[in-house]
Amino acid sequence: MKKYLKSSVILVLVVALLAIFPMGCTQEETIDAGDTYKVGALLDLSGPCSNLGIPEKQTAEMMVDQINAAGGINGHPVEIIIYDTEGDNDKAALMAEKLINQDKVLAIVGPSRSGTSMHIIDTVTTAKIPLVSLAAARSIVEPVAQRYWIFKTPQTEYEVIPEIYSYLQSANITDVAIISDTGGFGDAGRTLLLDLADDYGIDIVDDQTFADADTSMISQVTHIKGNNPQAVVCWSTDKGSAIVAQDMKTMQMEDVLLFMSHGVANKAFVTAGGDAVEGVIIPAGKVLAADEVPDSDPQKEVLVSYRDDYEALYGVGSIDTFGGHCYDGLSWVILALEEMVDGLTLAEARDFIRGEIESMPEFNGTSGVFNISPEDHLGLGTGNLYMYKIVEGEWIWLK
Amino acid sequence: MSADQFLQYLISGLTMGSIYALVGLGFTIIYAVTRIINFAQGEFVMLGGMLSFYLISSAGIPLVPALILSVLTATAIGAIMYILAIRTARRASVVSLIIITIGAAVFFRGIAGEVFPWGVDIVRPPYFTGSESISFLGAYIHPQALWIIGTTLGVMVLLHLFLSYTMVGKALKACAISPVAAGMVGINPKAMALIAFTLAAALGGIGGVVMAPLTLTYYSVGFMLGLKGFVAASIGGFKSPIATVVGGFTLGIVESLAVGVDWGPFTSSYKDVIAMVVLLLILLIRSGRLAAEERVG
Repeated sequence: MKKYLKSSVILVLVVALLAIFPMGCTQEETIDAGDTYKVGALLDLSGPCSNLGIPEKQTAEMMVDQINAAGGINGHPVEIIIYDTEGDNDKAALMAEKLINQDKVLAIVGPSRSGTSMHIIDTVTTAKIPLVSLAAARSIVEPVAQRYWIFKTPQTEYEVIPEIYSYLQSANITDVAIISDTGGFGDAGRTLLLDLADDYGIDIVDDQTFADADTSMISQVTHIKGNNPQAVVCWSTDKGSAIVAQDMKTMQMEDVLLFMSHGVANKAFVTAGGDAVEGVIIPAGKVLAADEVPDSDPQKEVLVSYRDDYEALYGVGSIDTFGGHCYDGLSWVILALEEMVDGLTLAEARDFIRGEIESMPEFNGTSGVFNISPEDHLGLGTGNLYMYKIVEGEWIWLK
Repeated sequence: MSADQFLQYLISGLTMGSIYALVGLGFTIIYAVTRIINFAQGEFVMLGGMLSFYLISSAGIPLVPALILSVLTATAIGAIMYILAIRTARRASVVSLIIITIGAAVFFRGIAGEVFPWGVDIVRPPYFTGSESISFLGAYIHPQALWIIGTTLGVMVLLHLFLSYTMVGKALKACAISPVAAGMVGINPKAMALIAFTLAAALGGIGGVVMAPLTLTYYSVGFMLGLKGFVAASIGGFKSPIATVVGGFTLGIVESLAVGVDWGPFTSSYKDVIAMVVLLLILLIRSGRLAAEERVG
């Protein structure tokens, strides 16, 4: 029995070695005319951020279908290989390895969450493959010296919070209470809300937090109410934000303006929130008001065409800003592939795509006008967001 | 803190406490009868809420029949779970059975994320009686919160009467006190375990349909609710329905007051820490007393 065990262990090792060897050799294979361009995507299709991953997946599939229907990129069909990270760090790392070594993709789009994106930075950097993250946190692309292979498309709190504060300043509102969740997204927002308040003449009269497991925020809202703010800024994801809005309504605080993060700019939040989220003000990408964007805006064309294509496939009113992040990210990879010549090895192709994205001219995307440079792997300034008010379940742009 | 603010924190604590208690009651019943911690308990709360939203919004069934049907379905799923997953592994140790319930929880969560047409989005079933908050001595309460508190107290009283005055209830109690002695007087522990699991699933379902309009629901909400319910049941010592509800109320009120009391740098970020410290103290004092009782006994 022992002998059998020993020989089977050796057998497994031999098989494993054999499996590794061809991987090393195929690196030398080149991508020739007519070969399929494989692009990987790591998305949160289940788990806590699946409301981000699903529109991202639908967008990616739509774009790839459109390209292939039009004959591919310079005669190369495109294949998108999508894996579900389940919002889990270890799974994201595992799937990244699989995309890099087994599927041999040229570039990776995703993951949807900041945590999972941060977790695979080392993996993709070591493998020398470009990654376009679809997650919020600034630290995904900074410090840029250590993020040679990493880019990202969504706005961060650094673009969003100044928009909210400018709006408050122009409305002569000074007394503001903040309420955030204790998770990564909420905490990053809270820190910056506190840091920037002085610059806009804002006095933070209360600073409350809640945990993901909390089922009621009445206590925190009671505390806030006691400090008489003119406006409340809530920084959290769908569930917590909807409960905060409901509880403020229960506490009859209709005269206090309620602002929320760009993290809740999706249909499910408005539907589930119902009456309670009426009047909530949210900064979000222009895609939600694509028709109203003035013709002079450089984003107008891409906003309308993306919105029309997406809603034609997935239903009127299905548009949100998260699918748009994927649209921007995958567009960068496609633009780079359009410039690529045949005959490169996989490593050369990956390096070429990275260089193309970094030196891309001004790009009009769904989340803004991007100016990517070796110093800035996001390339967004302010002015790319609109403030929306929820009125009768619809997004109304506050011009 | 002013008087009406204090009252508001108290009401908020009672609402949260009722939610914890409704989840905790299921833990208590199953643990008392079988010594199993059912980690799938929170999933029945999720199922109750999700089913009620499905029946009302997608199937168009009126509120009251939809609520009853949701609870009955959750109850049936609980009974099936016991028969298929727990009873078939009857020779396994209690620890293995607890691990089976964790597996069942993951299974229910996975299925719920797939089968409902809204997938993984958050949803809110309609409030039972509107959303106009009620003013009470300067404090406000949501009508749905009243439903939650009322349901918790009602369920607690009914359970207490059931356990004290019916034959089946007394048999359950006998099993909880001593399974061996109960077996000797002709009580079938397997039948009692089935009743305990079914009853716990029903309680989870009831909790789910009544709290979902206020707390919102989604496929993975059960895990977090289960944790809080477990704490409520532990404070109550897994003893009786009344002890569990007191445990839930204690947890809810401590959490709520921890937000209200400004202890210098201790803002609401420390709410969960303060709540946990208080709970640890309660458990320490109680276990000391239990040990003393055992020495005397």
